[in-house]
Amino acid sequence: MTFLKLTLSSVAVLAGTTGLALARDNVQISGSSTVLPYATIVAEAFGENFDFPTPVVEGGGSGAGRKKMCEGVGENTIDIANSSSRISQSDIELCAANGVTDIMEVRIGYDGIVFASKVDGPEFAFTPADWYNALAAQVLKDGALVANPHKSWAEVNAALPAQDILAYIPGTKHGTREVFDTKVIVAGCEETGAFAAFAAANGGDEDKAEELCMTLRTDGLSVDIDGDYTETLARLDANPTAIGVFGLSFYQNNTDKLRVATMGGVVPSVESIATGEYPVSRPLFFYVKKQHIGVIPGLKEYIEFFVSDDMAGPDGPLAAYGLVSDPELAATQAAVAAEEVMAPLN
Amino acid sequence: MSDVTAGAPGAARGQSLLAGSARTRARRAREWRMKAYGIAAIAISLATLFFMLATIVIDGAPAFRQATISFPVTVEAAIVDKAGTRDPAAMGKVTTIGYKRLLSQGFIAALEARGIDREGITDKDLTAMISDDAAARLRDRVLADPALVGQTIEVTAYATGRIDGYLKGRVTRESAARDSNVTPAQLDLADRLMAAGMLSLRFNWGFLTGPDASDLRPEAAGLGVAIIGSLYMMVLVAIFTVPVGVAASIYLEEFAPKNRLTDLIEVNISNLAAVPSIVFGILGLAIFINFMGLPQSSSLVGALVISLMTLPTIIIATRAAIRAVPPSIRDAAMGIGASKMQVVFHHVLPLAMPGIMTGTILGLASALGETAPLLLIGMVAFVTNFPAGPLEGGVMDPATALPVQVYSWASRSDPAFIERSSGAIIVLLVFLVIMNVAAILLRRRFERRW
Repeated sequence: MTFLKLTLSSVAVLAGTTGLALARDNVQISGSSTVLPYATIVAEAFGENFDFPTPVVEGGGSGAGRKKMCEGVGENTIDIANSSSRISQSDIELCAANGVTDIMEVRIGYDGIVFASKVDGPEFAFTPADWYNALAAQVLKDGALVANPHKSWAEVNAALPAQDILAYIPGTKHGTREVFDTKVIVAGCEETGAFAAFAAANGGDEDKAEELCMTLRTDGLSVDIDGDYTETLARLDANPTAIGVFGLSFYQNNTDKLRVATMGGVVPSVESIATGEYPVSRPLFFYVKKQHIGVIPGLKEYIEFFVSDDMAGPDGPLAAYGLVSDPELAATQAAVAAEEVMAPLN
Repeated sequence: MSDVTAGAPGAARGQSLLAGSARTRARRAREWRMKAYGIAAIAISLATLFFMLATIVIDGAPAFRQATISFPVTVEAAIVDKAGTRDPAAMGKVTTIGYKRLLSQGFIAALEARGIDREGITDKDLTAMISDDAAARLRDRVLADPALVGQTIEVTAYATGRIDGYLKGRVTRESAARDSNVTPAQLDLADRLMAAGMLSLRFNWGFLTGPDASDLRPEAAGLGVAIIGSLYMMVLVAIFTVPVGVAASIYLEEFAPKNRLTDLIEVNISNLAAVPSIVFGILGLAIFINFMGLPQSSSLVGALVISLMTLPTIIIATRAAIRAVPPSIRDAAMGIGASKMQVVFHHVLPLAMPGIMTGTILGLASALGETAPLLLIGMVAFVTNFPAGPLEGGVMDPATALPVQVYSWASRSDPAFIERSSGAIIVLLVFLVIMNVAAILLRRRFERRW
């Protein structure tokens, strides 16, 4: 009857483990898949150089990470949420409702978004207006709003190669999409005058106009990629005439396969993004549950190490991987050292 | 009574039975076509399988070999132990950046000593050929044995992913010219290093034993933590599911009355077996982590979630095995006065054991490849610390699993990780094959037929 004993003992083990209060000795991080590689680089170096265990870093997306952080306070909740977009008021409210009242916002640097095609294809020099005219559902043609008739890049802009339009853009669950929408599509919408036309057609309602701007064509020429950049790259391999949207760091690791396009005449690089010349970039953040500092060993040390010059500085490993170093890093370091809680969103 | 002369239509017309009428030919043709469809179906599945395996093996086999660079390094006290105390606690203040300098100096000195031409390559690019991982290893080595300070030791370091890729044919001079992470000059130097015997491809034990590594050093990434995590999970899943599954099956087959309630239970078990695995992940997050407070990312929670998922499969297999024991065995045992319990434990269960074991192993094998439920309980993560031993509560420590490692490597940007991802698939497949073969052997060896 050994199996009966086994059953009993396994039930006992189960019951025993639930009663234990478990002291967690490693930092738990979750969130943006854009920030994930940077966080793993820092976590690895942190584990090597400090006496604390290496933090456990999960991906899963910015929004999911922030929700996880806002689940509550305690050792079975995560300590840090990586995020490629700013925390929203609804997240802050969710946090507050679950007792997470003190959140530190740490900006680690900037990330560029690049447009790239297969390395053996033609060169592209884009402007936001080109992208708007290529991908929007409705465009301004001869002063009237019409359903997008463009099939090739040359129809959009005579200076572009006569290549069929096919674009792989990040899906709506990605933080990258938000930047693509605001910095490229809406900017192009305004540039072409479509924004004004939308606003006029809706009695001056600018929110409605912006929404119409961001409505992309659904005839299959603009394809949402819900996976990560490796999927976009695989799609480019299958469709060599397509253009994909990538993060700068991903492009830098695959320069032998991808040809990057200029945007507004500027070649994306760590330098051109740092100076603000290259228009399509966004800040990257992580959010720290301050109530866990002092409770979870190594948490404070980890965040200080993350923003230190050795890591996030212009010559550090993060910059080598493609992070655009924050010119105001010193201020961030001071804020982290003082454990400053973020101000309410304005 | 029918007309006897109208019997066989073909024969009636005076044809030979061997020639076959149009109808027999049509029937034979149908039979032949049926066989052809079957063979085609098998051919298609085999071709798909072969294509998949070939892709994985071609992509993944290089992951088992790794380019390494060997050279002597002088562990200078001025860098690693300024105070001269040889006290590991004080020496711990020197970070890997300091050790990287040691490696860099050692590498450059070794090139000079051997007279290897390094023209056109800056010191920075030279150092960039050695994995960052080497500095961490050297630091650990020196801290573990402070007596090494001041000595010159032989260091075997991984070459970076691009140099490694060059030796394996993934990186060419053409691609290097466009690649911002490697220059053709570095590849030329790699050729000279090979000729001098400093650089070589070796079997990559680190791939099987080492922990995961960050995106900056694909060459150092290994499956160690994932293999241990998977092992812990499989052992725990077996411990949790076998007793529960067998007890449930015995009760349902041998003791339970046949009524509406047991019918309902039966239907539900079959339904549970078909529930998508991600649902169990949601359940696991809600119950084991949020309600019971078990640690996130731990193999214990992973095992519990996968147990829930595997239990129905095991119950179904066990019930089938018990049902396969002929009633005459039970009747005979009853007839010589055995109690119901004696019948079950002395006769039915031992005879059903091979079937139960086979079902369990197959259930575990499918559990081994499960990723979706682990996504929600934090096991799809970057974990580089090995979990502690099983007796020191290692099942509570963060860990990953083999399929998780495949998934997370496949989504990284450096192409070297794609190779590792396929390599991890090979390791996973090897484990699956071992388990399936064990199941077949058990069945062959012990199964009884009546």
